[in-house]
Amino acid sequence: MSWLTDTLTSTLGRKVIMSLTGLFLILFLVVHLAGNLQLITDPTGEAFNVYAHTMANNPLIQVVSIGNFFFILLHIITSIMLTMKNKKARGVNYSVGGKSSTWASRNMGALGTVILIFLVVHLKGFWFKSKSGQLEMIEYGGVEYGDLYGVVNAAYSNIWYTLFYVVCMGLMAFHLSHGFQSAFQTLGLNHKKYTPIIKGVGKVFSIVIPIAFAIIPIWMFAQNA
Amino acid sequence: MNLKLKIWRQENANSKGGFEEFQMKDVSVDSSFLEMLDQLNYQLEEEGKDPIHFDHDCREGICGMCSLYINGEPHGPTQTTTCQLHMRSFKDGDTIVIEPWRATAFPVVKDLVVDRTSFDNIIQAGGYISVNTGGTTSDANEILIPKEVANEAMDAATCIGCGACVAACKNASAMLFVSAKVSHLGLLPQGKVEAKKRAENMVAQMDAEGFGACTNTGACSAQCPKEISLTNIARLNREYLSAKFTSDNN
Ligand code: HEM
Ligand code: FES
Repeated sequence: MSWLTDTLTSTLGRKVIMSLTGLFLILFLVVHLAGNLQLITDPTGEAFNVYAHTMANNPLIQVVSIGNFFFILLHIITSIMLTMKNKKARGVNYSVGGKSSTWASRNMGALGTVILIFLVVHLKGFWFKSKSGQLEMIEYGGVEYGDLYGVVNAAYSNIWYTLFYVVCMGLMAFHLSHGFQSAFQTLGLNHKKYTPIIKGVGKVFSIVIPIAFAIIPIWMFAQNA
Repeated sequence: MNLKLKIWRQENANSKGGFEEFQMKDVSVDSSFLEMLDQLNYQLEEEGKDPIHFDHDCREGICGMCSLYINGEPHGPTQTTTCQLHMRSFKDGDTIVIEPWRATAFPVVKDLVVDRTSFDNIIQAGGYISVNTGGTTSDANEILIPKEVANEAMDAATCIGCGACVAACKNASAMLFVSAKVSHLGLLPQGKVEAKKRAENMVAQMDAEGFGACTNTGACSAQCPKEISLTNIARLNREYLSAKFTSDNN
C-alpha cells in the first residue's frame, strides 16, 4: 500500500484531503443551519429542544457526528502540515509583498485559525454543556428534555458573545469565499461550462450561509434587549 | 528620468544578504529594465565596484533566463518578462525595489541570480517524450491531431520555465510550471503513452525539491509572462490522481 501513503502524503494528496474534508464541512454547515433556524421560528424553544434531543439520540446522527469531528481534525492537521511545508518553501520573505491574488486566498490559515477559536468557544459553551448533563430539564407533553434553548438564549443576551459570534461568521465567509471554489479546482474539476457556475454558487453560498448563521444571535439579542 | 533603486546584494548562497541603495540619473524612458541595470553596472565598474549580478540571455522574451522580483511582482508591473519591461512603465522619481526569486528550491547564487536547477531536475523526472531513434520514428505529421487539442497543448508549451510562478506564489509552489509541462506533453498522442508515469514522477520530484503546495490563489497565472492558465493545474490534479490510482507502479 506504499503507493497510497505516498499519494496521501504528497502535496497534491494533502490538498485532496483539505478539499474533501472542506466540502464535508460545507455540507455540515447547511444541516447545522437548518437546525439552528428553529431558534427563530419557534421562540418558545420547544422545537429546538426537541430537535436537539432527537439529534443527540439518533444512532445515525451519532456516527455522522463522530465523522464530523474526525474530518475537522483532519482538515486542521493537514492544514498545519501544508502551511509548514509552504513556509519552508519560501524560506526568506520578500520585503515587498505581492498582491496578485485575493486577500482571502492568501490568508486561509489565519481565517481557519479564527474558525478554530470560534469552534472551541462554541463547543465549550453549548455542546459540552449538553453532553455533560449541565442542562436544566424542561417538560413538553409529559416528556423531559434538556433545555439547550435556555443556554443559547442566555448566551445571546450577552452583547460580547453575540458580537464574537457575528464577527467569526464574517471571517468564515472569507474562508468559504475562497475555499468553496478552490475545493473543486483541487479535485481537478475545472471546466468551461461548470467552473463559472461553481464560482457563482460559491460566492452566493459564502455570503448567504454566514449571514443566516449570524442573524440568529442578532435576532435573539434583540428579543432579549 | 531619475530613480532610486533598492537592490538585494548577496555574496553567495551561504552569506547573509541585504539591500543596497543606488541613485540613477538620466535613465531613458525607452530603455529596457535590463538596459537600465546595464547602465548602473557601467557606473559601478567605472567606480571600481562589484557590478550587480543578474540573469539574462536572449533579451527577447523567449528564453526564460531573466528574473527579478520588482516592487512586489515577478518581472515587474507588466505581464511580460523583465527583458521586455521598459522604463516607461515607471515614473520619474520612483523608488524601485529589486529582489531575487525567493524559494528554498531556488538558492541565491549571487545578488539577484538564483539557481533554477530544481526545474531541470523536474524535467528530467518526466518532462519529455522517450523517442526511439533506431529508424523506427515516424513522420510527425503522420499522426493527425485535432486543431483544438494542438492549440491547448501549444498554449501550455509556451511556458519558458522562468520561475515567475514560483516567485509569485505565497507558497513558492511550482504547480503552474509542472502542470504546463504535463499538459503540453500529455495532450498530444506522442506524449499520452507516458502520461501516467510522467505525472507521478514530476510531482514526486517537485515535492522532493522543496516547492510548496497549491492554495489555488491564482497569483502564478496572474504573473506568468506567458499567461499559462490555471486549467492546467486542474488537469495536473486530475492526471496525477487518476495515475496514482490506476498505474502499475506500487
Ligand atoms: C466551518 C469550518 C470549515 C470549512 C467549511 C472549511 C472549508 C475549507 C475549504 C472548502 C477549503 C478549500 C480546500 C482546497 O483548497 O482544496 C479550505 C481550505 C483551508 N482551510 Fe478550511 N474550513 C473550515 C475550517 C478550517 C479550520 C478550523 C482551519 C484551521 C485551523 C482551516 C484551515 C484551512 C486552510 C489553511 C486552508 C487552505 C489550505 C491550502 O490550500 O493551503 N479550515 N477550508
Ligand atoms: S532574457 Fe530571455 S526571456 Fe528575458
